[in-house]
Amino acid sequence: MIGKTIGAILGTVAFALLFGVPKKYLPYCGLIGGAGWLAYELLVEAGLSPVEATVVAVILVAFSSRYCAVFCECPVTVFLISGIFPLVPGAGIYRTAYYLVRNEKYLALQSGYRAVCTVVAIVLGIVIVHELPNRFFGIVKSRKK
Amino acid sequence: MDQEKHTSAQDVGRVLELATEAGHILLENGAEIYRVEETMKRISTALGVEHDDFFVLSNGIFTTGGDPEHRNRGVFAKVKYIPVKGSQLNRVIAVNQLSREISEGKYTLDEIEAKLDEIRNLEGYPAWAQIIASGFGSGGFCYLLGGTLLDSLMAFLTGLLLWVYMLRFGRRLSKLVRNLLGGALVTLICIVFYSFHAGDNLDYMIIGTIMPLVPGVSFTNGVRDIAGGDYLSGAVRLLDAMLIFLSIAIGVGTVISLYGRMGGVAL
Repeated sequence: MIGKTIGAILGTVAFALLFGVPKKYLPYCGLIGGAGWLAYELLVEAGLSPVEATVVAVILVAFSSRYCAVFCECPVTVFLISGIFPLVPGAGIYRTAYYLVRNEKYLALQSGYRAVCTVVAIVLGIVIVHELPNRFFGIVKSRKK
Repeated sequence: MDQEKHTSAQDVGRVLELATEAGHILLENGAEIYRVEETMKRISTALGVEHDDFFVLSNGIFTTGGDPEHRNRGVFAKVKYIPVKGSQLNRVIAVNQLSREISEGKYTLDEIEAKLDEIRNLEGYPAWAQIIASGFGSGGFCYLLGGTLLDSLMAFLTGLLLWVYMLRFGRRLSKLVRNLLGGALVTLICIVFYSFHAGDNLDYMIIGTIMPLVPGVSFTNGVRDIAGGDYLSGAVRLLDAMLIFLSIAIGVGTVISLYGRMGGVAL
């Protein structure tokens, strides 16, 4: 699990770099991505379904992204985009395509359905945190001004 | 703040021009719709323009300005088409920072124009850094999703090659073709590695290496736009993300199917 979390941190930082995130924000991106994945792994191990675990992990990622955004005074997307990457169903896309070309329609449908559920879970997580009022995160900001 | 300086028609036009330019940079480089509108409003208000309206879509900005009671001062109207390009989040951050400094009244119009030019030319990371990042991203995600260390090493190598392709040919191709060929290339390279017994699980190698193609910016922004009530732009961005997902899948699927027909070992 530690190895995988390191993989998540490494991967998140790498993608943040590809999106042109400046150096000083990269460590935050890595931490958020790693934390999101670790939360997901722990929750799945604790018995939650992957979709439920994704919702909670995305909420964690989105929450810490917003906090970092206020703290660093920069757009929240900087942290959010790379942070949710470990939870994006890349495997689902691949498996759906794979089963489709092998003409295993049932399996293709199943993995496609799972990928869509994961995407909906990510959307739900982002939207929930999006709705939280700004003052939730405003403490740091007001002190700075 | 020096309000009088900006009341002439010429200056109103100039301020709105600059605000539109700032909005252009934001939109082009992957900012959410409400952030673009907010930033443009912030800039023009800080520079003393009172009558302004902005309407931002996923690939266009409409700006109008001018005092309805003083028509002789002139009106300003501008429509700007902004094609979706690759995102450079450092430019979004820079414009965001600049707009804060403008509202503190730090700059003159000329300085703002110079600053915006500077931001427009702000480069991302050098090519070698991007290539290495693509490698680490692919390797990291391959391991994360269940690949072995050997798989991750191969995903790392494939990720490097993928980004060489993206930098070399990416700009010339349309987005869909670029991702389709990218997915096909990744699958092909991984099959070659796999058939030389370099790699234990072909699927994890491919999954890890298609991750750099995944449209994270369009997807995240689309969701945030819809959450913020910008349904039209959000839907367009999600459609963009979905089509890219689809073209990656077609690229991967085509190569697997061709390989299978050519009598390759069962994958």
